[in-house]
Amino acid sequence: MSIDIKNLTKRYPGYTALDDITLNVQKGELVALLGPSGCGKTTLLRIIAGLETADSGSVILEERDTTNLPAREKNVGFVFQHYALFRRLNVFENVAFGLRVRPSSSRPSKSEIRDRVEHLLKLVQMDWAIKRYPSQLSGGQRQRVALARALAVNPKVLLLDEPFSALDAKVRQELRRWLRKLHDDIHVTSIFVTHDQEEALELADRIVVINKGKIEQQGAPQEVYDHPANAFVYNFLGNVNVFHGRVKDGKVLVGDQLIEAGHASGLPEASDGQAFIRPHEIGVSRIRSGENDLAGIIREIRLMGGQIGLELETAAFDKPIEAEIPRDIWRNLQLSKGDEVFITLDRVKVFTGDYEI
Amino acid sequence: MQTNTTLQEQRKAPLKRNDPPAVQAILILLTLLFFAIFIFMPLGLVFAEGLRKGVAVYLEAIREPFALSAVKLTLITAAIVVPLNAVFGVTAAWAISKFSFKGKTLLVSLLDLPFAVSPVIAGLIFVLLLGTRTGFGSWLGDHGIKIIFSTPGIVIATLFVTFPFVARELIPLMEAQGREEEEAAITLGARGWQVFSRITLPNIRWGLMYGMILCMARSIGEFGAVSVVSGHIRGMTNTIPLHVEILYSEYNYTASFAVSTILVFLALVTIAIKSLMEKNVHNHQPTQH
Ligand SMILES: Nc1ncnc2c1ncn2[C@@H]1O[C@H](COP(=O)(O)OP(=O)(O)OP(=O)(O)O)[C@@H](O)[C@H]1O
Ligand SMILES: [Mg+2]
Repeated sequence: MSIDIKNLTKRYPGYTALDDITLNVQKGELVALLGPSGCGKTTLLRIIAGLETADSGSVILEERDTTNLPAREKNVGFVFQHYALFRRLNVFENVAFGLRVRPSSSRPSKSEIRDRVEHLLKLVQMDWAIKRYPSQLSGGQRQRVALARALAVNPKVLLLDEPFSALDAKVRQELRRWLRKLHDDIHVTSIFVTHDQEEALELADRIVVINKGKIEQQGAPQEVYDHPANAFVYNFLGNVNVFHGRVKDGKVLVGDQLIEAGHASGLPEASDGQAFIRPHEIGVSRIRSGENDLAGIIREIRLMGGQIGLELETAAFDKPIEAEIPRDIWRNLQLSKGDEVFITLDRVKVFTGDYEI
Repeated sequence: MQTNTTLQEQRKAPLKRNDPPAVQAILILLTLLFFAIFIFMPLGLVFAEGLRKGVAVYLEAIREPFALSAVKLTLITAAIVVPLNAVFGVTAAWAISKFSFKGKTLLVSLLDLPFAVSPVIAGLIFVLLLGTRTGFGSWLGDHGIKIIFSTPGIVIATLFVTFPFVARELIPLMEAQGREEEEAAITLGARGWQVFSRITLPNIRWGLMYGMILCMARSIGEFGAVSVVSGHIRGMTNTIPLHVEILYSEYNYTASFAVSTILVFLALVTIAIKSLMEKNVHNHQPTQH
C-alpha cells in the first residue's frame, strides 16, 4: 500500500511542527525519516496514523483519502518509541489484542487467533516468552513484541517511531539487520523514524531528511550521502569539518587560505561560503603530494576502533582539523604527537548561504 | 494520599542501618507508646465503655430500632455514594490527565474544594441551595420531592465531601501512565469502550479500589455536612455518627459507645480490605520500564 502525503502542515501555538510536507512512499518500500530532535518526525507519523490531526494537507493511503479517518479505521501499524505494551496483559494477549477487539463478524476463531499469534511470535523470535508480562522482558524483547502486536492485524502500513533508540549499540545493530530481513520477507510498506544517520543509511531503501518541519532532501541512502543537497544534510549525515569563508574565483577563501571548491562551481562571487569535508576524506602524508596541500602539526591522536583520529593544527585555520585515517596507514607513517604532516583537502564540498542546525 | 508506587515502596524490606541498639530501642518504644496512647487505648476504651453495663445492655443498644435504622441509612448512603463517586472520579481523572483543555488548572484546584471547605459549610450550601427558602427548593417541595432533612440530602452532602478521594488517587496514576497504551489500542482497532474496559480500567484498578475505600471510610464516618442537612429525625435521617452524638448528648454514654463500636468495626473492616489490597498490589503489579 502506497502512502501519499500532500502539503501537510501542523502548527502548535507559536510553533510550526510540520511545514508543507509532501512525501510519497511506494508500496513495499522501507523509508527512513531522519532529522534532529524536535524536527517533527513523531508528529508526522502520528498524523499518518490518525493519532493527531493536521491543520491542512492530506494523507492518501493507496488512492484513498484517509486524512479524516479515525485512527481505529486506518489499519496502520504503529510501533511506539517506548513500546507502549499493555502492562496488564501477557505477551500472548498483547499480540492477540488487535484480533480480539474486532467485531464478532470479522473476528477470527480462538484457534485461528492462537495460530496467528504463535506464528508472529516465532517470526520475532519471542515464542518462548508467551506467558511473560512486559515488565519481565528486556528492551529489545519488548520491541519485538510491540512489532509482532502491530503486525497481528495485517496493517497496510507500518510506522516505527525510533524503534531502536532505547537499546544499546550491539542489540541495536542486531535488531536493525533483523528488521531489514523481516521487511524483505513480508514487504509491508514501512516508515521508520530515527535520528541516527548510520541506522538510516544501513536500513532504508530511501531516506528523507527533515529539519524544522521541512523536508531538506530525499533519495536513496547512497545518493543522499554522496550528493547532499545542502549544508544541513551534509552536516547531519556524519562528522564534518566546517570552514566558514567567502567565495572568490570559484574557490572559498578561509582566512587567507583558498580552498578548491571541487565540483561545486558556479558559486556566486563574494557570497558567504562554507567548505565541508568529512574527517575520513582528508588525506594525511609525510610528504607534500600537491601544491594545495597544507602543512599541519599533529596535536592529538585518538584510537577509534578501526580508524585513528587525528587533531591537526594548521597555520591557515584557527580551528583544528579533525582527520581520520585507517590504522595500517597510521602504522606505516609512524605518526606521533607533534609530527609535521601534509594535509590534502581536495574533496571539500562547498555550500553557500547560512544554515543552522 | 498515596499512589500505588508509594504503597509498593513502603513494602520493601527496611534498610539495614547501623544505629546503636539503644537508639533503635528508644525509637521503637516511642512509636509503640504513641500507638498505645493515641490508638489502642481509645479503641479499647470505646469497647470497654460500651460493654460496661454488660453484654445484654450492649446488645440492646445496638439492636434497638433507632440504632438499626441509623446503620441502615449509613450503609445505604455509602452504597450509593461510593459507586457514584467512583464513576465521577474516573471521569474527572480521565479528563484531567489525558486531555488538555481550557480551565483545566482551575478544575484541578476546584477538585480540592470539598477537602478545603469545612463540612459544616458544605452542608449549609446544600441547605441553602435545596431548602425551602430558594425558588428551586420550594419548587421541588411543591412537587413532593424532599431533599433536605431526608435521605437524598444526606446522600448529596456525602457525595460532595467524598468526591475528591477517587479522582485524587487516580490523577497522578493516570498521568504517570500516559496515553500511549490507549493510543496503541486504538491503532489496533479497539473502540472507545474496549480501550476503557480492556486497557484503562485494568491499569487503574488498584488505585481506583484504594480511592473507593477511602471514600467509603469517609462516607460512613462523615458527621459535619450530614449533620446540617439531616435534621436529626430519629429512625429517619440519623446516620451512625449522628446517632452516636445524640445518645451522647442525652448522657446515654453506654449506648453511645456501644453504637460507636459499630463504626470502629466498619473502620477495621476498611483497613483490613485496604491492607489485603496493598498486599495484592505488591504481589501482582507488574510495572513497565
Ligand atoms: N502537544 C504539543 N504542543 C506543542 N508543541 C508540540 C506538541 N507536540 C509536539 N510539539 C512540538 O513540535 C515539534 C515536533 O515534535 P516531534 O515530537 O514531532 O519531534 P521529533 O522529531 O519526533 O523529535 P524527537 O527526535 O526528539 O522525538 C517539537 O518542537 C515539539 O516541541
Ligand atoms: Mg519523536
